[in-house]
Amino acid sequence: MQEGAVLEMRGICKYFPGVRALQDVDFTLREGEIHALMGENGAGKSTLIKVLTGVYPKDGGEVHIKGIEGAAMIRSPQDAQNAGISTVYQEITLCPNLTVAENMYIGRTKGAAANWKMMNSGAGKILKSLGIPASPKQQLGSCSIAVQQMVAIARAVDMECKVLILDEPTSSLDEQEVVKLFGLMRDLKAKGVGIIFVTHFLEQVYEVCDRITVLRDGQLVGEYVIEDLPRVQLVSKMLGKELDDMADIKGEMGTAAVNRSGVPVLEASGLCSDAGIKPFDFSIHKGEVNGFTGLLGSGRSECVRAIFGADRVTGGAVKVDGREVRIRKPLDAMKQGVGYLPEDRKGDGIVGDLSVRENIILALQVMKGFFRPFSRAQAEAFADEYIKLLEIKTASADTPIKSLSGGNQQKCILARWLLTDPKYLILDEPTRGIDIGTKIEIQKLVLKLAAEGKSVTFISSEIDEMLRTCSRLVVMRDRKAVGELRDADLTQAKIMATIAGGDEQ
Amino acid sequence: MPKGIAVDNQGRLKDRTAMSDTNLLLTITIVVFFILYLSAVFFLGGSFAKPQNFLNILNNNASLIVLSCGMSIVMITGGIDISVGAVTSLVCMTCAVNLEQQGGNIFTVVLIGLGIGLAFGVVQGFLVAHLGIQPFIISLAGMFFAKGMTTIVSKEPIRVTNEAFLAVKDTRITVPGLGAPNKLGVYIPAYVEVGVVIALLVVVLLFCLLRWTRLGRSFYAVGGNNQSANMLGINVRRTKFLAHVLCSLLAGLGGILYFLHVGSGDVANGAGDEMNAIASSIIGGTLLTGGVGNVAGTFFGVLSLNTIKRIVSSLGFDEAWWSNITVAAMLCLFLVIQSIVLLRRNKK
Repeated sequence: MQEGAVLEMRGICKYFPGVRALQDVDFTLREGEIHALMGENGAGKSTLIKVLTGVYPKDGGEVHIKGIEGAAMIRSPQDAQNAGISTVYQEITLCPNLTVAENMYIGRTKGAAANWKMMNSGAGKILKSLGIPASPKQQLGSCSIAVQQMVAIARAVDMECKVLILDEPTSSLDEQEVVKLFGLMRDLKAKGVGIIFVTHFLEQVYEVCDRITVLRDGQLVGEYVIEDLPRVQLVSKMLGKELDDMADIKGEMGTAAVNRSGVPVLEASGLCSDAGIKPFDFSIHKGEVNGFTGLLGSGRSECVRAIFGADRVTGGAVKVDGREVRIRKPLDAMKQGVGYLPEDRKGDGIVGDLSVRENIILALQVMKGFFRPFSRAQAEAFADEYIKLLEIKTASADTPIKSLSGGNQQKCILARWLLTDPKYLILDEPTRGIDIGTKIEIQKLVLKLAAEGKSVTFISSEIDEMLRTCSRLVVMRDRKAVGELRDADLTQAKIMATIAGGDEQ
Repeated sequence: MPKGIAVDNQGRLKDRTAMSDTNLLLTITIVVFFILYLSAVFFLGGSFAKPQNFLNILNNNASLIVLSCGMSIVMITGGIDISVGAVTSLVCMTCAVNLEQQGGNIFTVVLIGLGIGLAFGVVQGFLVAHLGIQPFIISLAGMFFAKGMTTIVSKEPIRVTNEAFLAVKDTRITVPGLGAPNKLGVYIPAYVEVGVVIALLVVVLLFCLLRWTRLGRSFYAVGGNNQSANMLGINVRRTKFLAHVLCSLLAGLGGILYFLHVGSGDVANGAGDEMNAIASSIIGGTLLTGGVGNVAGTFFGVLSLNTIKRIVSSLGFDEAWWSNITVAAMLCLFLVIQSIVLLRRNKK
């Protein structure tokens, strides 16, 4: 092992049926460093981490850990924990039916007894020191997703570990929580813990990391010290090509002036739902792209869910093309030509065990009715067309969608809705947890759809993405629409100010 | 009921913690049982008002209580075991043959009962945990196997005449203060059988196991989300294996208690008890989806189930189908109450 290294992986290989997920990958983590693992979706970051933590068995290579003689045998997450590796996975891997305290201690205490007193007081201290708004005795399932993620982080950092792995921990956190997390990471770094940090946010990488390892298509591109690798180069290494279209997509596409006179495609007035949003007004015209923005939990998603009928609507009216319609369930909305790409891709979007093809034709099939199925040939034609059109990376149309990477899953869901030829498409966080290349593709697609005369509502946590795509923004705060920005007002500063909302009081 | 956790506008916690799903369902079960029994006492009076009547529910169902507790544990891990009724029957028959034809004694009876239970548990648990076979299918096979074995052991019903055994069977443990005078004015003390004491002990032990041991909490974690449980460092396979072993072992013990209550071996013993055990668990607040449940609730589930049966028969509807229909209605009612309560909570 190298001097000062806590973890060395040499020549790691991993094959899935039909896919070489990892090919001869080396990775070295030193004591007291924060090491970013970067790559596009499907580059093999999550696979590498799952091999390291014993979730997947590896097909080749060796893992060396400081303090362990010879190659470390890690066959299960338990082994990894015992070897001093603690992990926060991309998906929340806690048990919703247990309390917060139990989730933090289960599986890592010694002895046969479950010591509630110790767990509750210990968890209480950690939660307090990290400022997580949860009580130790609370059932985890009753916490918000962001709090659950923080609990997972709290669990990982509380373990006496040599290696801490954070696999996209920030995707469901808001800014303040991210700042807290970074503080925590720096403390651990000072104590000599090696941290592997996986994220899609470039800013975050350059804020906290010391070193970057880049993977592409299951292969190692290289390891770099952060000062030697400017952003543009990092991105081009990840994509494997020079990237010049990062600059300004909108300029390239040309923002067509939207005709806001005439009858809106969809108009909602005083709409509210049982998810607890205050009544809001909303309208969108043909060929327009608009968005909802606001902090996490401000009610962005709840608004569009109400429009789509995904939550129970408790008041207000919706007009489509000037006619009043009743939308009580998603199918009603779909029949009006509305499509909705949900925020929670895993829960609300994909049907994991079905094939890519079945996932793509799902919405169209529902609209057609289940008793009039598409012929195999027709379904294949649809699927192949969109796999090609959206460049979905999959072994075949028959591959179960759950084995695809996040970005490709998202493209399948997009294909599903594009296939129904909606006149109004709602995209709720379509770019979350996917790589930059795909993000840009999706943003371009949104603008292209608008140019074709479709209306799109685009929601994203990244303001610059919204700025690039939207011509109008509804700003949400505390489950209330607090402002609408358009044209000249669409600047980062103005949006931030509206979200923060100091001037009102 | 407090809903979720309350945070005031500065983001500070308000000092209220919502009840866990398990405790909420347990509370509902207990409340419903008391309403049921008290209304029976109030409206039907007569025999229901006598404490012995209540104790007889325990006397008749000691075996079912033990079976249901085992069932609840498997259900908490997200599995199911439908072999327990047939295992009960097999244990009764084997014990009867052993006592009457092979000169066995109480000690061998206990050994046989637990041994049969353990054997079923190890095999089923191994197949479920290590080969990943659906517990329903495996225990279905187990059920057929146990039924077949029962008939092989003896086709004819066997009545036990062993005196030492009958002495234990007829032992009545007096419960002080609950007796009542009969029509002639003679004071008859209230009693429970030996089996009830064992069953209650089992409930208490299992309650502690589930609440205060790592193994117990692992059952809940595995039932809540077994992938997460694995990532949290719990040995999911071992946990599932142990749940099945425990359940079948309790089925063996249940068989001994059944045998102790009826004192005979018969192919019809324990027939349908796996379904009664599932029903009791569900009424007791155990969710079929796993991760939520409590043996204390299951205990009250057994009591509620049998109180309903008694009410039906004391109303004069003696035929079995009436009690079946009532139980069906009750199960539906419980499932509806549970899902409404949980939906309301989780929707906020």
